[in-house]
Amino acid sequence: MMNFFFLIPIALALGAIGLGAFLWSLKDGQYEDLDGAAERILFDDDSPRRS
Amino acid sequence: MSCCAPGVEAFADVADHTVAREELLMASRDLGDGLRQTDLSVPTIHCGGCIQKIERTLDALPDVAQARVNLTAKRVAIRWRGDTPPSFIEALNGIGYEAHLYDPGSETDGALSKELVRALAVAGFAASNIMLLSVSIWSGATPETRDLFHWISALIALPALAYSGRIFFRSAWSALRHGQTNMDVPISLGVLLAFGLSLYETANGGAHAYFDASVSLLFFLLIGRALDHLMRERARTAVKGLARLAARGALVLQDDGTRTYLPVNEIAPGMMILLAAGERVPVDGRVVHGRSDIDRSLVSGESLPQTAAEGSTLQAGTLNLTGPLTIVATAAAQDSFLAEMMRMMEAAEGGRSLYRRVADRAARLYAPVVHLAALMTCIGWLIVSGDLHRALTVAIAVLIITCPCALGLAVPMVQAVAARRLFEKGIMVKDGSALERLAEIDTVIFDKTGTLTVGTPQLVGKDIAPEVLALAGALAAHSRHPYSRALAAAAARLPSPFVVFDEISEQPGAGLEARAGDTIYRLGRADWALAADAATNDKEHEASVVLSRNGTLAAIFDFDSRLRADTRAAVQALRTAGLGVEIVSGDRDAPVRDLAAMLGVPYLARVSPGGKAAHAAALASAGHRALMVGDGLNDAPALAAAHASMAPASAADVGRNAADLVFLRESLLAVPQAIRIARNAAHLVRQNLWLAVVYNAIAVPIAIFGYVTPLVAAIAMSLSSILVMANALRLKSEGPVARLGGQPSRLATVSPRNMTPGPFQADMHR
Repeated sequence: MMNFFFLIPIALALGAIGLGAFLWSLKDGQYEDLDGAAERILFDDDSPRRS
Repeated sequence: MSCCAPGVEAFADVADHTVAREELLMASRDLGDGLRQTDLSVPTIHCGGCIQKIERTLDALPDVAQARVNLTAKRVAIRWRGDTPPSFIEALNGIGYEAHLYDPGSETDGALSKELVRALAVAGFAASNIMLLSVSIWSGATPETRDLFHWISALIALPALAYSGRIFFRSAWSALRHGQTNMDVPISLGVLLAFGLSLYETANGGAHAYFDASVSLLFFLLIGRALDHLMRERARTAVKGLARLAARGALVLQDDGTRTYLPVNEIAPGMMILLAAGERVPVDGRVVHGRSDIDRSLVSGESLPQTAAEGSTLQAGTLNLTGPLTIVATAAAQDSFLAEMMRMMEAAEGGRSLYRRVADRAARLYAPVVHLAALMTCIGWLIVSGDLHRALTVAIAVLIITCPCALGLAVPMVQAVAARRLFEKGIMVKDGSALERLAEIDTVIFDKTGTLTVGTPQLVGKDIAPEVLALAGALAAHSRHPYSRALAAAAARLPSPFVVFDEISEQPGAGLEARAGDTIYRLGRADWALAADAATNDKEHEASVVLSRNGTLAAIFDFDSRLRADTRAAVQALRTAGLGVEIVSGDRDAPVRDLAAMLGVPYLARVSPGGKAAHAAALASAGHRALMVGDGLNDAPALAAAHASMAPASAADVGRNAADLVFLRESLLAVPQAIRIARNAAHLVRQNLWLAVVYNAIAVPIAIFGYVTPLVAAIAMSLSSILVMANALRLKSEGPVARLGGQPSRLATVSPRNMTPGPFQADMHR
């Protein structure tokens, strides 16, 4: 019973972190241009361009 | 290097899209800090090379703070400083990309799809975690552990249902408030009852809780809904990215002599408007100064350009081809021809709004049956066992197991796959109901100009000496009249002529005049180009242009509007599928008759916009379901009145918005393809609905006799959902157009139409 006490919160927290990361990336506009992102990774100039 | 270097032909079209600086300024958004943003649609972006080229070119312009290409949406967002926009459209044209202003319009659709994806993510997180706990319960947890896990599940399920379930609850509530049911009513009821029962059981230490069922149900349904929505939004964005054809504003000459650029809805009758060649007429008006040729094809369907001189009246939406005009506005935008079309469209739309979606029709049958079954189960168990708790538990189990997971997915999954297949073929679908209506049509009405034919004319007749053609082509290159364009295109591959022109001038409404040494060349209308005594041609060359050398005839060029690619094949495919095909055009009788004879279909010519809509309505009241395919402003009321409608990408803005489907490629085969996919989709939807019925026929008796445990419910619902999704993926897009589902008798009534090939309804609206 004592194991649950740690393991379940840990499992839920890990899942919640993943969910939070997804929601953040959605809000950040990272899914706005999926085709463009696939091409931009091949560009040589490494200067970051923020939108 | 082929990919990023558009050819010369592509570049010739670029000149059409001149956008006034004032218009750019008006369409830009103020971001604060002196920064403004302009969104451009650049349809030819298609690879990483394009991104770099465009961003580098635009970043190099003065005043541009940043340019960012969106490859998926084929758009560029440019942020710039200052009072006048940098010349980014010219810069893009310079490196070979056609660009035009993008109208973001309402962004509510984007917000809804984001909300759907967020709801899906939350439901997915909750469903997987609750399922994890449920598996340990099913594998035999001790009662204390089970209760603890149930409580944790409830704790996860409550916020997840509240957040992700909103989408269904909202829609169900609004349907109930209006005294109707839709698919979301049984879904919401099932989910909420399952959660309520589970909470009660958990509080009383019961063995069975259905938290997993209620959350995974939401998850599955949200997958279908999100896919459906994202697919449609992609299509809508693609349509919105097309060049806007209506004028946004115009240069108005004020009383004090200053020129200001006013948006269309601020132009009042009596204002003087300066209209450059290549611009569209913003509001109805009358010419007070200047001569030009006016292309009315998008407004009335007439294929030949018409001369405009002082005193001519112009309709809003027509295109000024050759010379600058000064016109006086005779009507405000809300009273102009365009606004009249909009009113007719609203009036015509009545019939379509009565259409009920397949899913809603199914829900109307399904919901009462299921809810009655649950009620009977409850009463039955109460009589047999006398245990209210037991009776309620079983009744709710019936509701949970019949909760229309498969039914809720059956329609949107198929339509999402169909929309995807159509998208790949360059056909954009506005919504799912369009697909359902398209599958039912039995008659196709085509507009002529711009739909069966392409707006640009082409040179016909081949017995013209190459050197004469080359000479005419070199002259014609100086004009934007469609005939000149066609001549220049025909001569493009010939070596340039030896003649060097000293002076070239365009006489709007007449033609081009060029001087080379002592020789005067004229290219244009016969009565102008030829000396008075030489004008002996008795033949009526309405659609022809003459090249003369010092007043004597050198060559006659005949033109014909070019058929859209695959027109014959498309009409043939439609007729093979048993569909009635007809042409209804606003153009003169002769060209429509020739085309109809060539395609072998009945026709109506010189039909007014109202006449087109009335024709579509008459077909509907005769029991036919018509698909209207048209592009012009004059087709817009008919597009709204017909059972389903399609427009090419080159259509007028209003027509594009009124049409259910928009096809972006030139080939007319898009029409039979769209019908084929819509019919295959309708077939699969029916199959899916039957699968759901079969599933219920098996599952409901099990539930009524009280054998449903959470494990059984989870397995049954997942299996049926996966089955329905897999079935949707079978959608084929190749092969011949399927005939209407097993009703040959209805088809037989289609072909013989009491529509005599000949003119009627000559009430041309002018």
